[in-house]
Amino acid sequence: MPGQADNRAMPIAIEPHALSPRHSMLVRAAITQVACGLIALMLWSLGSHDGLAVNAVYSFCIGNCNWLLIDGARGLIGRWRARRTGGHREWPGAAWMAPVVVVGAVVGYALGSRLAAAVLSRPSPSLMLAWPVLLVSLVAATVIVSFYYARERLHTQQLTAEAALRLAAETQLRLLQSQLEPHMLFNTLANLRVLIGVDAKRAQTMLDHLIAFLRTTLAASRVDRHRLAAEFDNVRDYLALMAVRMGPRLQVSLELPEALRPLQVPPMLLQPLVENAIKHGLEPKVEGGRIEVRAARIGTLLQLTVRDDGVGLEGGAAPPAPSGDAGTRFGLEQVRARLATVYGPQARLDLCAAAGGGTEAVLSLPATLDPTPVATDP
Amino acid sequence: MTQALIAEDEPLLAEQLRADLAGAWPALQLLPTAGDGRSALEAALAQRPEVCFLDIRMPALSGLEVAQALAEDWPDRTPFPLLVFVTAYDQYALQAFEAQAVDYLVKPVDGQRLAACVRRLQARLADRAAHESGLQEAMAQLRGLLGAAAPAAAAPRLEVLQAQAGALVHLVPVDEVIYFEAADKYVRVVTAGREHLIRTSLRELLPQLDPQRFWQVHRGTVVQARCIATARREDSGKVTLTLKGRSETLIASRLYAHLFKGM
Repeated sequence: MPGQADNRAMPIAIEPHALSPRHSMLVRAAITQVACGLIALMLWSLGSHDGLAVNAVYSFCIGNCNWLLIDGARGLIGRWRARRTGGHREWPGAAWMAPVVVVGAVVGYALGSRLAAAVLSRPSPSLMLAWPVLLVSLVAATVIVSFYYARERLHTQQLTAEAALRLAAETQLRLLQSQLEPHMLFNTLANLRVLIGVDAKRAQTMLDHLIAFLRTTLAASRVDRHRLAAEFDNVRDYLALMAVRMGPRLQVSLELPEALRPLQVPPMLLQPLVENAIKHGLEPKVEGGRIEVRAARIGTLLQLTVRDDGVGLEGGAAPPAPSGDAGTRFGLEQVRARLATVYGPQARLDLCAAAGGGTEAVLSLPATLDPTPVATDP
Repeated sequence: MTQALIAEDEPLLAEQLRADLAGAWPALQLLPTAGDGRSALEAALAQRPEVCFLDIRMPALSGLEVAQALAEDWPDRTPFPLLVFVTAYDQYALQAFEAQAVDYLVKPVDGQRLAACVRRLQARLADRAAHESGLQEAMAQLRGLLGAAAPAAAAPRLEVLQAQAGALVHLVPVDEVIYFEAADKYVRVVTAGREHLIRTSLRELLPQLDPQRFWQVHRGTVVQARCIATARREDSGKVTLTLKGRSETLIASRLYAHLFKGM
């Protein structure tokens, strides 16, 4: 259906606030009250000349004024910054919060102590005389804000790490999906079902190829490197399945020199290129054609070539395949991305029109016998 | 004698469908299998079977494109064939088939599903003999299918076309185009003053055009609505269009004739 979201394209939302804003505000209010109570107890036990009740009134009034001012300013700054950058509402950095805490604590003290005096029907104290209480207010505000600041940062880091993990898992899933394309699987099974009835021997051979192909494809998501010979075996299995499906329309030639067999390559580099050649080159062509997969060594480089004589890059005669096209393009992007991850600028993938029609994909990567990747850092 | 055509590019699957159909519907006479969309279209137009089984993904023309071409080129006096689409896996197509109540088979085709399909086809053929050709119903279904299969408006709109002629590239504002006409692997771009060829297919071009301004009136023709002067409905159900700024006329096929109905 048009307009229906393709779940492969769904972005991963990174939500920095696990708690709802109202819920976390209630928690902050509660923590403020606990801190105010503790400060009242502390001042009283340190031998304040007022009773506990008077200390508590002052503490709660000043503490809540502090909290409302500081938290309010933080919220406003966060909203303003989010609107300016278009990002999420996050905690402003220390450069913002330090002056907010100082101003908030002083103004909060001034307002709170006047409020408390009004509640207790006492004369308002002068700011100068009460500097120890002001200091307590400032220290308490700094401690509480620092605690939140640290917690928020930890929380954001956790979420970022989780999002990165999710992204990696999704990429792997999409890779697998692009290689085990449902259309290919079901068509292969449909052919297999026919063969079981008419030619059991051939059916068995086809099933063996399918099993080997599935095994390598699934294993590819778990190993970093395998032998070039294994990569060619995988392509051979895939092409054997396609040959049953396409009959005489598909001719295949694989060329792997003996000396190159033990070279180590990342798995599933060739298969997406071969699949691409068949889907966009040969399948749309009425008379079918030929696909050649070759490995050659050029100096220190291993060169892998997948060439078809199909409709070519500008053929444009491919039947519409909305579900498959995205998968294939993803397959090619994936090959490029994986080459870049493992080899950096030492490897490349070029897609060009082949001489005499069709398409040629050329992969160049360092020829190495070393099974450990050169650089795994992305 | 009821005749049927199977269009399927995978030889084993085509053989199997033939064998299964021979079992489920012994009286059905099967024409030679067509291995690609174009030969399926040619065979169907030449032999005029009552039933067509069309694979969706085929070389040359897709099953849907064959259906569209059949609807446009089918002769008037022959009943339009019943179409059954066959696909291995194509969630978009299946949703469209369900929505339009079009018959379809999913590969691998199982015996019960095929038997049910055959019963439905037989019932509709018997029903049709009593009533009329079924062309109107088929048209409505196909319009729905083609609408559903059209890509969502994701492609950016094209404002200027670049038509290359030798070393020279002509820049043609889309708004000056009176109509586009498919010509093999090219599209003919016709303006009031001249014609250009661009190296693309109409299928690729279509999503980049504003459907309010550019109307598809035939599988090979897209015309700018404001450049249409008159539309005359013919007996065949087709519509002849005259243009502002061009002397030639265009034909709107039966599939798109409903666009021209007066206000």
